[in-house]
Amino acid sequence: MSTTAGGRFAADQGFLARRLHAWRVWWTMLVICLEERLVYRGDFILGTLMRFLPIVTQVFLWTAVFGATSSGSIAGYSRNDIVAYYLLTMVSRAFSSMPGLAGGIARGIRDGSVKKYLVQPVDYVSYLLAARIAHKLVYYAVAILPFAGVFLFCREYFPPIPDWSTIGVFVISLLLSFLLGFFMEATLGMLGFWFLEVSSIVFAYMLVQYMLSGHMFPLDMLADIPTGIPGLSVAGLVRFLPFEYTAYFPAAVWLGKVQGAELVRSLLVETAWVVVMAVACRIAWWRGTRRYSAFGG
Amino acid sequence: MHNSSPSHPSHRPSEQPSAGGKAVLSVSGLTKEYRVYDKPEGLLASVTGLFHRKNRVVEALKGVDLEVGKGEFVAMLGPNGAGKTTFLKLLSGIITPTRGTARVLGHVPWERTDDFRRRFALVMGQRNQLWWDLPAAESFRLHKEIYRIETRAFERTRDELVDLLGVRKLLLQPVRDLSLGERMKLELVAALLHEPEVLFLDEPTIGLDVVAQHALHRFLAHVQAERQMTVILTTHYMKDVAALCQRLVVVTEGSILYDGSLGQIVDRFTSHKIVTLDFDAPPEASRVERFGFPAEIRGPQVILRIDRTRIADALPGILREEGVRDVSVEDVPLEEIVAQLFRSGTSDAAGISAPTGTPR
Repeated sequence: MSTTAGGRFAADQGFLARRLHAWRVWWTMLVICLEERLVYRGDFILGTLMRFLPIVTQVFLWTAVFGATSSGSIAGYSRNDIVAYYLLTMVSRAFSSMPGLAGGIARGIRDGSVKKYLVQPVDYVSYLLAARIAHKLVYYAVAILPFAGVFLFCREYFPPIPDWSTIGVFVISLLLSFLLGFFMEATLGMLGFWFLEVSSIVFAYMLVQYMLSGHMFPLDMLADIPTGIPGLSVAGLVRFLPFEYTAYFPAAVWLGKVQGAELVRSLLVETAWVVVMAVACRIAWWRGTRRYSAFGG
Repeated sequence: MHNSSPSHPSHRPSEQPSAGGKAVLSVSGLTKEYRVYDKPEGLLASVTGLFHRKNRVVEALKGVDLEVGKGEFVAMLGPNGAGKTTFLKLLSGIITPTRGTARVLGHVPWERTDDFRRRFALVMGQRNQLWWDLPAAESFRLHKEIYRIETRAFERTRDELVDLLGVRKLLLQPVRDLSLGERMKLELVAALLHEPEVLFLDEPTIGLDVVAQHALHRFLAHVQAERQMTVILTTHYMKDVAALCQRLVVVTEGSILYDGSLGQIVDRFTSHKIVTLDFDAPPEASRVERFGFPAEIRGPQVILRIDRTRIADALPGILREEGVRDVSVEDVPLEEIVAQLFRSGTSDAAGISAPTGTPR
C-alpha cells in the first residue's frame, strides 16, 4: 500500500515481496475453498460416518481369525493390537487419502475448465493444495467427534499412550503422509493430459495402495516373505516404496514398532518421496500443459 | 547487439514495442493444425481402432495475419468451426500454434508469463471464472489477490462495473442460482476487475435474450470507450457487430475473408440496392417485368434489385408508374452479405483444403 511506484502493480518487486504476495493469494484461495467446502456440510457428515463401516467389518474378520487359531497372536499381533492398528491406520488415511483428487483433475482437463489456470496468473498446483487443505480441515472439524468417540470406546485395545517425542514424530509422519498422498494423486490426475480417462489407472493405484500401504493388513506380517533377492524380504522392499507411509508408518510409530535408527531412516525415505512426488507433479503439469497446448485446448 | 551492460531479458518486451508502434496485437502467418482420428462406423472398426488409428490433419487456422491497434473494438464473425475460438485461444496462450507468430502487448501469448496474464482477460461463453457454489463477491475477492489489485482500486472498479450492469443485488447469491444472463454479466465484471488492456470475448451473447444482449452491448461499448481497451469479440450475430464494432473481420474455414469497416463491406460485396415499392393493389407480373430488374412480387409489395449506378436514372420512371404508393431504397442487409461471404468462403476453401488432409 505504501510505495507502489509504477502504477497499480509494483512492477519491480523483490523476491520477498513476490513470496509474500504468493502467500496472500494462497491464503485467500484457502479461505475461499473453505467456504466452498462448507456449502456441502450434509454430504460431509454422511461421508464421514460411512468411513467407519469398513473398520467394523475388519474388526469382525480379525476376531474370527483369532477365534480360529489357538495361539493368541499372529505375526506378533494380538487381537487388541490388531484393533488398535486398524484404528490408527484410519487416522493415517484421514490424512493421506485424497478422495476425488485425481478424478477431479482429469475431469477438469477433459471438460476444459483447466484452461482457467492457463489464462489467469495463478499456480494450479498451489490452488489444488489449498483446496485440499480446506477439504481436510472441514473434514477434521466434522470427523473429530466420531473419531474421538470410537477411540474412547476402544481405549482398552490400545497400549499406554506413548511419550511426547513419539507423539511428535507421529504428527510429523501424518503431515508428511498428507503431502505424499496429495502429490501422488495429483500426479496421477495429471496423466489426464495424456489419457482421456484416468479412472482405471486410479483404480489400479488404489489396489496397489490398499495392499502395500498397510491398509489391508499390518505390513510387518510380510517380514518373513522372501523377494528372491538375498537378504530382502517383501516388507524390506515395501519400506522403500512410498505406499506404506500413507497408512502403516504413522500407526507403527504410535505403537512403537519403529524406533531409533530405523525411525530416522523411514522419515528420511518418506521425506524423499514427498520431494520426488512434488517434483513429479510439477513436471507432469508442465509437460501436460505443453501437450495440451499443442494438441487440443 | 553490442549490449555491454548486464541486460534484463524480462524488460525487453516493454523496451521495444511491436513494429507498428501502436499495435497492441499483431499476428502473422498464424496456423493451427489439429490431428483428428477418424473412426469408421461399427464395432469391428472400433476394435481395430484400438491398435491402429488413421489420423487426419485439420487446419483450424490457415496463416492468419492481423494487426490491431490500441483501443480498437474488433468483431470476428464467422460460422461455427470457422476458427474464431481457436484464434482467441492462441491469442490468450491456451494453445500453441503449428506455425506463425503472435505478439500481444509485446508478449508471445503461449509463453504464459505472469506479466502478460495480468494484462488481459478472456471470457469464454460457457467456461466460468466464477466459483459455482459461492457468491460472485467471493470470486471477485480472489481475483483481487490474484491480479494484485489495490483495495481502493478494486472497490471502485467493482462498484462501477456492478452498477453499470445493475447486478449489485446478485453479488451475494451463489452463482449456481443465477440465470445465464446474470452469470454472464458477473463473468464480465470478474474479467474486467483488473482493468485488462486487452479483452477477448468468445461469443458473449450466445443464449441470451434480447434484453440481456442489449444490456451487454451497452455495457461493453461504454467500458471499452472509457478505458480505451482493445477488444476482440467473436460472434455469429450481426447484432453484436452492428452495436459494438468499428472493425469487422469475417472468418471462414480458418482464413480471413474480409477485414474492414462495417460500411465498406456493403460497398465491396454488393453491387445493388434493394428498392421496395408498395402498390395499391397487387400488380401484374408483366408490369413489373417491364422495369427490367430482377423482381419479387409479394402481394401489393414489389422488391427490386437495382444496380447502384443505375438507381438515380431508374427511380423516377418507376415512381411515375400507376398505383405506386410508397418507396424505400435500402442496402442489402448485412446478414445477407455475410451469409453469402460464408458460403463463398466455404466453397473456395473446400477446393483448396481437399488435398491437404494427409496423415502424418
